[in-house]
Amino acid sequence: MLNYDLVVVGGGPAGMAAALQAHEDGIEKILILERADTLGGILEQCIHTGFGLHYFGEELSGPEYAGRFIEQVYATDIDIKVDTMVLDISPENVVTAVNNFDGLLTIQAKAVVLAMGCRERPRGALSIAGCRASGIMTAGTAQKYVNLDGYMPGKTVVILGSGDIGLIMARRMTLEGAKVKAVCELMPYSGGLTRNIVQCLEDFGIPLRLSCTVVATHGKDRLEGVTVANVDEHLQPIPGTEEYIPCDTLMLSVGLIPENELSKNAGIELDRVTNGPVVDEYRETMHKGVFACGNVLQVHDLVDFVTEESKLAGAGAAKFIKGEKKDNGVVETKGQNGVRYIVPQRINRATDKDVKLYFRVGKVLENVMLTVTCGDQVLLSKKKRKMTPGEMEYVTIKADIIHDLPENSTIVVETKEA
Amino acid sequence: MQYDVVVIGAGVVGALISLELSKKEVRVAMLDKCNDVAMGTTKANSAIVHGGFDAANGTLKAKLNVRGTELMPGLCADLAVPFRNNGSLVLAFSKEEMEHVHTLYERGQKNGVPRLSIVDKAAVKAMEPHVSDEVVGALLSESAGIVCPYELTIAAAEVAVTNGVEFLRNCAVESIAADADGFTLVTTLGEIQASYVINAAGIHSDDIARMIGDDSISLVARKGEYYLLDKSYGYIADHTLFQCPSKMGKGVLVTPTVDGNLLIGPSALDVEDKDDVDTTAEGLAFILEKAKKTVPELNTRGAITSFAGMRAHPVTDDFIIGFSEKNDRFLNVAGIESPGLSAAPAIAEMVSEMLTEKAGLQAKAQYVSKRTPPVRFRHMTKSEREALIAKNKAYGRVICRCETITEGEILDAIHAPAGARDVDGVKRRTRAGMGRCQSGFCGSKVVEILSRELHVPMNEITKFGGESKILFDKTK
Repeated sequence: MLNYDLVVVGGGPAGMAAALQAHEDGIEKILILERADTLGGILEQCIHTGFGLHYFGEELSGPEYAGRFIEQVYATDIDIKVDTMVLDISPENVVTAVNNFDGLLTIQAKAVVLAMGCRERPRGALSIAGCRASGIMTAGTAQKYVNLDGYMPGKTVVILGSGDIGLIMARRMTLEGAKVKAVCELMPYSGGLTRNIVQCLEDFGIPLRLSCTVVATHGKDRLEGVTVANVDEHLQPIPGTEEYIPCDTLMLSVGLIPENELSKNAGIELDRVTNGPVVDEYRETMHKGVFACGNVLQVHDLVDFVTEESKLAGAGAAKFIKGEKKDNGVVETKGQNGVRYIVPQRINRATDKDVKLYFRVGKVLENVMLTVTCGDQVLLSKKKRKMTPGEMEYVTIKADIIHDLPENSTIVVETKEA
Repeated sequence: MQYDVVVIGAGVVGALISLELSKKEVRVAMLDKCNDVAMGTTKANSAIVHGGFDAANGTLKAKLNVRGTELMPGLCADLAVPFRNNGSLVLAFSKEEMEHVHTLYERGQKNGVPRLSIVDKAAVKAMEPHVSDEVVGALLSESAGIVCPYELTIAAAEVAVTNGVEFLRNCAVESIAADADGFTLVTTLGEIQASYVINAAGIHSDDIARMIGDDSISLVARKGEYYLLDKSYGYIADHTLFQCPSKMGKGVLVTPTVDGNLLIGPSALDVEDKDDVDTTAEGLAFILEKAKKTVPELNTRGAITSFAGMRAHPVTDDFIIGFSEKNDRFLNVAGIESPGLSAAPAIAEMVSEMLTEKAGLQAKAQYVSKRTPPVRFRHMTKSEREALIAKNKAYGRVICRCETITEGEILDAIHAPAGARDVDGVKRRTRAGMGRCQSGFCGSKVVEILSRELHVPMNEITKFGGESKILFDKTK
């Protein structure tokens, strides 16, 4: 059995930032376990730019953004094992992993950071009727084929879902010579960032069809076309609006799911809305000494925020290892009236930092009041011109306000008509 | 190419017949038009081993179902294929249906079905707490079970090939010429001579029979759609839960699978195009609605995939097994709809006996009856895993995250006798890509491994043979 102070599961941007922060905070024995053959996570295939505007104040590509952290990690004595899959985390924080050079590894950790990222919702989850032909894939899979393997996964493409990966791939496929015929979005608004709609669709004349979905796929061996249809306000296809679009590829960008199989097997409590663990302000889960950050905790739009969140988790893990994580009871957080969830779900009243409450709204909201209350006390109230489900929002609550809140009280974030 | 026996079709029936024949001193080739075994009806059905109370007395269906279900556990043990004797319940939701349950019980007794009993509501609810409160009673069949049909077929083909059967994939039969000594088959792989032909071509067995002028087989293509739910829904049913049957089949069932998923379906729709296995919005909505009668809490949030399969419904309503009236060296095994999977071991036994008698086949002196169990890393203990990786490092590299499938298992699947040649073939043999992400992460790695092992470029690798390529040209 190996012994480490901190084991970080996942060597993407989240895992690296957490490990680096813990290292900076004086933790000596740190191990990063990464299932792919390099550090960097999904950024390695995101060769477009747009990363780092918030964190570095400059525009980087995915590999460049990851590269900065990879360099830093390698400059420390943090241990790294790539090509290594974590199989299990025990209640005593014993991590079991496997690779093809050590075989089975068991590692006793004082603290664990979960940073496994997320996966894409597959076709089956949508129950799209039709054939089982090849040529139906998630946008992320297509991105790997194009950017890492150097192969075109299609020539004429329809994209279902206007999540950011779908938008990015619409542009990428166009640049590589494919014809992207349409991006269909079930909802009346896009789930992607506005800047991506402009730069990836509008600039290339790719139609974005809102309130529209794929109702059937056609083809025997390779996909030959899809039938799309408009949907009503209950998201049901409207008969008579069906249109056949010939294409050899259907890409799906219909949502991301935090990959919490390990967390679930370890019995860690998950939030039903985020599908990520329930955490406190340092991103400690309900399982003592296990922290979570990045897309395994909540799906982010921007890696910059992943980095910020993961540094918190790394700092929290360092405090935990050093026995400095204070406990003076907790307050809970809750979103309502349009606010779907809040991360963190709980805050230690003894927190030594101001706390950012991250959330998303359930639909597009314009000119609303955003209020944060605790019991009768209004902690914050501000007018918001526009909030969309595609963009994560946050409000900051001062530490000294939190110190004075009653134990087991609930901070409520909600929207009201202005 | 010259053989004593050519088996046309590598579904569960063709593969089990080939396995039986591989025990004899006879040169056998098993042909299939697809890139793998188990590509037709076999890969998409209810995966049930039925008790045998459903078919009418005196039919081949009744006789071979009961015998097949008796043979199944031993066969699965020999082939190292998971079989679970979970039992089945035919649920009655009204007095009239309860009468039908009694009819089925009596029919089952006459068919010789062992361990049948009628149970009341309390007993049903005790066994299956998620079944609707509307249930009034049920027929319990304790001999019934579940098996994975393609896994059984893959295993049978593997052992058959180990014992000398040749498996010719991508070999579509275009025409058959008969002469005094047998047949010349014109196929996409060239001419093949055979002394005897066994027609196990599933939904296409009527077309194959017609090639020798035998138009006695009349089949209806009946499509059935299914939902497969995530393993986290496996708790919903322990037994296979049937509703009372209708004219179109056994109705919509809810059943666990041997892998712990939950399967619901099928619909039943007669279609013109035999190869039309597209799912439909109506069909999927239908099975969900019907299944809710059995388990009201069912929903499709846990759906990981949906699919459709084709059943070859014979208009005579019974299996068609026998030498053709046009040529007594040509043996038809057709119209094998439900309970075809259950009956398949008995069909193979019967066909082998018929051919042995006809052609005077001798038993082989050397025969490998047991399949080496495939490595299943996910089911192993810590020490077993350690020993395995020490022996072969490839078992230490996890390729499919959702199902914990290692590179070693994928290499085994490719290099096994009658091994995988495409992505779906790897999936069916190892479960790589069958989990929650449905190959989002491992799909490209499997393409890479197939490309490396088969020595072809990545853009030649297919999903399931034919033109189902995954990648086009290199990027700019």
